Amino acid sequence: MELLASLSQGFAVALTPMTLLLAVSGCFIGTIIGSLPGLGPSNGVAILIPLAFALGLEATNALVLMTSVYYGAMYGGRISSILLNIPGDEPALMTTLDGYPMARQGRAADALVLSGVASFVGAFLATVGLMLMAPVLARVAYLFGPSEYFALYLLAFCTLGGMSSSNQAKSALSAAIGLGIAMIGLDNQTGIPRLTFGELHLMDGIDFLVAIVGLFAVAEVFVYIESHGRGSALGVKLGRITIPFRDIANSAGTMLRATGIGFIAGVLPGAGASLGSFLAYMAEKSVARDKDSFGTGNPRGVAAPEAGNNAAAGGALVPMLTLGVPGSGTTAVLLALLLTLNITPGPLLFDERPEVVWGLIAALLISNFVLLVMNVPMVRLFVKLLSVPPWLLLPGITMVSFSGIYSLSGSSFDLILMIAFGLLGYVLRKLDVPTVPIILGILLGNNMEDSLRRAMVISDGDWTYLFSSGISIGLWAAAIIGFIAPMFLRNLLKKPTGH
Amino acid sequence: MTSDRIFGLLIALVALGYILSATQIQIGFLSDPVGSRTFPYLIGGVALLCALAIIVRPDPDPDWPNLPTIGRIVITTVVLYAFAVSLRPVGFLIPAAIASGIISYQIHPSVRVAAATGAGLSVCLFFILKHALGLGLAPFGRMLTG
Repeated sequence: MELLASLSQGFAVALTPMTLLLAVSGCFIGTIIGSLPGLGPSNGVAILIPLAFALGLEATNALVLMTSVYYGAMYGGRISSILLNIPGDEPALMTTLDGYPMARQGRAADALVLSGVASFVGAFLATVGLMLMAPVLARVAYLFGPSEYFALYLLAFCTLGGMSSSNQAKSALSAAIGLGIAMIGLDNQTGIPRLTFGELHLMDGIDFLVAIVGLFAVAEVFVYIESHGRGSALGVKLGRITIPFRDIANSAGTMLRATGIGFIAGVLPGAGASLGSFLAYMAEKSVARDKDSFGTGNPRGVAAPEAGNNAAAGGALVPMLTLGVPGSGTTAVLLALLLTLNITPGPLLFDERPEVVWGLIAALLISNFVLLVMNVPMVRLFVKLLSVPPWLLLPGITMVSFSGIYSLSGSSFDLILMIAFGLLGYVLRKLDVPTVPIILGILLGNNMEDSLRRAMVISDGDWTYLFSSGISIGLWAAAIIGFIAPMFLRNLLKKPTGH
Repeated sequence: MTSDRIFGLLIALVALGYILSATQIQIGFLSDPVGSRTFPYLIGGVALLCALAIIVRPDPDPDWPNLPTIGRIVITTVVLYAFAVSLRPVGFLIPAAIASGIISYQIHPSVRVAAATGAGLSVCLFFILKHALGLGLAPFGRMLTG
């Protein structure tokens, strides 16, 4: 009953004309971002956050806009996977395995509709899951003291690099770089400047938005220039769009299974949507009777990863909202948005700002229907957008990123810093060092240090206090396992092929 | 192999420098048991360990871009830098047109396309960002308007 009351409160917020308009525009922009090859949800959200902030939107509205962009980008990611064999973003990689062969067989429209429906099933049910699970997890989070939070942050850092990097030393290094950057500026507790080298601009610390836009958007510009803008879709044709009822009926079970797997992968810290779609695809292949047809254009091979990655996208919001610890790259960027808006995620958010949480959940439920319409009957429009040439797209993205950051701070120093982060991001990407842990380090560094220092104040400097409760021991164990396990699992999960 | 070894070495030096700088942080009168220096020390130590691990077990070398591509990346960086510092004195329109034109040229080497992209993007984006989204951008800076 309480849930229904909260939800109706959410709909009261979400059904105002302004919020609805923002949700629809967010879905539209997000689908465009997702479908453009190379521009994924984390880049897209990163570029748009400064704009959303400059618009002066009220907290709930800004959050609704950006999460709609996030969901939209997750839906849109499949379009270039299917048509071009180039994933629009990393989680859509698995969709290329059967989606592109379907397109080659002249069934591109069927694959797009089927994957659109699968995305809807995954994302919608995951939003329902978020609604049911988040308040429960928020109650658990009340039991957390500083030592538990310290262990939780450690868990996030140990697992976030996990599956995305092939070298754990590089993931850990990336987290250390982020934490190291977070230390720059005034010490939260004593007000003493640290590592500022007398530079006034550094007294406030390095703005995480500058780092995020630099590492994601500006680095992407360099990557694009290197790849010479390959992967434009000039001349892609799409047949008549009909609804492949038989395929949809045949993959109903697939979608539900994939949603369950994806949602769990999303909730777990560090795993995120890429793992969600991977596991969903592999699970579907292993239970299928016609294993050999996977990788040759099996509709279920399209439905499974799409339901899986969209469900994971919803699942990743659970730890972000309830614990303040994001489960994926894009939710790390969304956490930056929350912090910029002065909203502290965590259990108190549910009690103190219920209109934000429930407004967001209601808006996401609505967004899913909007996205279903945009991605099934209107999908042709987005296919057309695929043919925007990179020589126009790239300078456009660059100018928007720069203007966004400049309008927030009005300082050339921040822009120069952003270019430096862009170059750093490019080099790190070449060296296979994941950049998401850097962002997480900058975002959570001060909180992590504060928890450590508070824990030591409580225990009067006794370091064993960090392992004094069952929850913190569990979190430490999970962190260690999460850090070590990928070294062994990687051989098992290596380079999935469709055969 | 070599790339990772050089990278590891650089990171090790930076980490040592970081730890050294952290020793210079002042300690306040009312300090807690952990103090302002411990966490930076920990971070520097972790980074140092990671750097050593990368030096000892390097990954295979990535495909580094060839010289012309590095040239294009350097040009783009210089253009972005010039854009960043000229935005305030010269305003949005002219630097944005030049910068987007040059970036466009890096991807599609055609002067006509680059000029059209630069001019078109600069004017269109200015109207969208300034008038539709309300960002605080000036069309021409003080240097031009006096």
